[in-house]
Amino acid sequence: MAENGIGARSLRKEDARFLRGTGNYVDDINRPGQAYAAFVRSPHAHARINGTDTSKAAAASGVVGVFTGDDLAADGVGGLICGWMVTDKNGENMKAPPHPALAQGKVNYVGDHVAVVIADSLAEARDAAELVEVDYEVLPANVDTDKADAEGTPRIHDDIPDNMSYDWELGDAAAVDEAVRNAAHVTTLEIVNNRLIPNAIEPRAAIGEYDPASDGFTLYTTSQNPHVARLVLSAFCAIAPEHKLRVVAPDVGGGFGSKIFIYAEETVCAWASRKVRRPVKWTADRSESFMSDAHGRDHVTRAELALDADGGFTALRVVTKASMGAYLSTFASCVPTYLYGTLLAGQYTTPAIYCNVKALFTNTAPVDAYRGAGRPEATYLLERLVEVAARETGRDPAELRRKNFIPPDAFPYTTPVVLAYDSGSYEAVLDKACGIADYKGFAGRKEEARQRGRLRGIGFSSYIEACGIAPSAAVGSLGAGVGLWEGAQVRFNPTGSVTVFTGSHAHGQGHETTFAQVVADKLGVDFDNIEVVHGDTDKGPFGMGTYGSRSIAVGGSAIVSACDKLIEKGRKIAAHTLEASESDIEYDGGAFSVAGTDRSMSMGEVAFAAYVPHNYPEGLEPGFEESAFYDPVNFTFPAGTQVCEVEIDPDTGEVEIVKFSAVDDVGTVINPTIVEGQVHGGVTQGIGQAVLENGVYDGDTGQLVSGSYNDYTMPRADDVPAYDVEMYETPCPHNPLGVKGCGEVGAIAAPPAVINAITDALGTENIDMPATPERVWQALARA
Amino acid sequence: MPTVSLTVNGKAASAEVENRTLLVQLLREKLGLTGTHVGCDTSQCGACVVHIDGDAVKSCTVLALQIEGANVTTIEGLATDGELHPMQEAFRDNHALQCGFCTPGMVMAAIDLVNKNPNPDERTVRRELEGNLCRCTGYHNIVKAIIAGGQVMGG
Repeated sequence: MAENGIGARSLRKEDARFLRGTGNYVDDINRPGQAYAAFVRSPHAHARINGTDTSKAAAASGVVGVFTGDDLAADGVGGLICGWMVTDKNGENMKAPPHPALAQGKVNYVGDHVAVVIADSLAEARDAAELVEVDYEVLPANVDTDKADAEGTPRIHDDIPDNMSYDWELGDAAAVDEAVRNAAHVTTLEIVNNRLIPNAIEPRAAIGEYDPASDGFTLYTTSQNPHVARLVLSAFCAIAPEHKLRVVAPDVGGGFGSKIFIYAEETVCAWASRKVRRPVKWTADRSESFMSDAHGRDHVTRAELALDADGGFTALRVVTKASMGAYLSTFASCVPTYLYGTLLAGQYTTPAIYCNVKALFTNTAPVDAYRGAGRPEATYLLERLVEVAARETGRDPAELRRKNFIPPDAFPYTTPVVLAYDSGSYEAVLDKACGIADYKGFAGRKEEARQRGRLRGIGFSSYIEACGIAPSAAVGSLGAGVGLWEGAQVRFNPTGSVTVFTGSHAHGQGHETTFAQVVADKLGVDFDNIEVVHGDTDKGPFGMGTYGSRSIAVGGSAIVSACDKLIEKGRKIAAHTLEASESDIEYDGGAFSVAGTDRSMSMGEVAFAAYVPHNYPEGLEPGFEESAFYDPVNFTFPAGTQVCEVEIDPDTGEVEIVKFSAVDDVGTVINPTIVEGQVHGGVTQGIGQAVLENGVYDGDTGQLVSGSYNDYTMPRADDVPAYDVEMYETPCPHNPLGVKGCGEVGAIAAPPAVINAITDALGTENIDMPATPERVWQALARA
Repeated sequence: MPTVSLTVNGKAASAEVENRTLLVQLLREKLGLTGTHVGCDTSQCGACVVHIDGDAVKSCTVLALQIEGANVTTIEGLATDGELHPMQEAFRDNHALQCGFCTPGMVMAAIDLVNKNPNPDERTVRRELEGNLCRCTGYHNIVKAIIAGGQVMGG
């Protein structure tokens, strides 16, 4: 292994600036002459707007502009879009209602955008926003996902009578019906997957800046995918042609999905900067984040798992209602379909699967991808079913999983729900997890806890996810409006240092370090002489950004392709300089040598020769930089087993996570420290979903009840234990690094592990997430 | 507008502020010290923790005019002669930060935690860290870093 190469625990390059307080987040940026935007938001879940009077606000101190949806419409600014067309089971396109950046005649959730006030200072903008008078005609609210399509439920969009965007299905319903009829045992569950609010600690922010000299715009924004933001703002919102819009996403303080999407605020800030001829800055306060960031999850599901007499899974039937919120967010439609139904085989050989999903509008914030996106919902459902089935049939839960795992010699394995798994070592991973969790010793620990008056339980979660998103042709055939390749450019500077431009975007993942390790390994360049640049559409190639654990598998592969092109060019230069045939040149670890001789040239010498081409191969272009675009041939399939152990105080219902063990197979590991950190963070979000977090709207008024950190319970340091995290490396067979992605494994795996442990301790399956002390206490009282 | 004068990171500073200006706004907007971050509006997240006369304080809970004459240290003032403070070093060595947004408040809180609880154990660190939210790390490596940094600070 090269020092700081693939596999090294290199310290992060990013940390020096973050630890000194010299990071550069959007709110840290101030542009000369900037004004500040404050948004007028709907206080009602559902209302018609019969009139808006902005005159008092416009006359207030410091105000430079007040705009409503009518102003955007008059300028031809398009609404926000959903970029994935899902087809209904009847062959019809999903229903995607208009989503204006500022309301036009109606508001559909608390926090919906009504108007914007722009002023010299933030305080003046906020003061004036209070003066905008909106005549609301309040309508009944629809916030219950399970009842959103019921007769009599208030209609949100006039032309969608049942509040349904689409009714989608996947799999073989008849085969499932037959298998269920013939089953020795059927396990049935009704499951709520609770609504989550992402809560990156950096709130969203945007600065729009119009430059009259170039007639162009710069948008600084908290984005996970600045090129995609530019594309959408150009092609659909008509802010400016793509070549006249630069989008900069500098240091971004966490995303977890919520910063993928194109929101009203950045659209308005960019547009308004030309109207007021000043840069326009907006930073969300936390209340606005709670109200207007896209939320996650929010499913209600009825499911059956059929087993034969030996415990073999014979069929799975899943019927889900998924809330979309009030509008379709940027990628909302693919989350409960192609990122959910396709994962329902899990790690198992279940031969027949059927999944039906109704995507429903409610008077709530839009729901879109949140860490894991569809895959946590599938995993929670499946791993709860498997655990319950084990208990109902008197089988050991680990043994039941082993019996049904896809065996290592069955790959490639095509599931009944479309995906072609490429590799996996499910039983070996489970065995390793049982080892570090000391599964054998659990009975003793449970008894010891009982003597202390505490209930101890253990739960498993053997998960799989589809990452490395995604082969463009495949997703195109499923309705995606974009390709999901990634771009990279690797540039040697004449003095031998290297600048790497990537279309991926880091907002905590440590790409500046991980990608530099890959390049150090491939090109033999000192790690300290490699700089990774991202997050600016004026620098480097077009890129699709970071989400779905795709950066190393797709973005990293693009970087490797660019490195390979450099090596091939370097071979020609070395052959010329060393007066050898190209076929005799061997490349290893940054040096080109003539086979069987001691003649060689370093990569740095080759780069210098390319920039000072005095003695140079005829016809070869000077310069030493290469670009590559990588389109994956398949998804990647990280998988693993996580095991949770809890203790419950039966008097208070308080749950303590006493032990959490994870064995994750994310393929080749570039930087183990960074990968473990990703698992720690994901597991904590998963524990948060299982026992703490809940996005709640009042059933009558549609008010967001959990709209602050006083009400929405974020995991804190004393809510979680230290984790035992280990890896099991089965390299991905179809990308050059053998990598699969690691960003989401914890958030996907942890919730069922925790709930399986809690239900094991309680002796009842009758509890939903989050398993708060009150719910646990009541479950015990009922049991 | 009234003027507030104080010492920030060892240097005299003064600025005109509104009555309602918070310390964090003074630091970020008037003094250009953007290392101190704002992550919430209910004094829950701790991204804005600084030291006032040596104590960790959430700078969103303090009006600028309340601290006339005080000695304030922010994340930018921790390193001496370019050398990281042992707690900053420990955060780096233990991968106790990912996106970096909570980090300044976390480091400032950690130093105060160790000052008040020398050589803390894991349980103490987790309990005392209750005022600081991190969404990336799951706290695992932050706790390790604070214990390690505490050992260097105490030694």
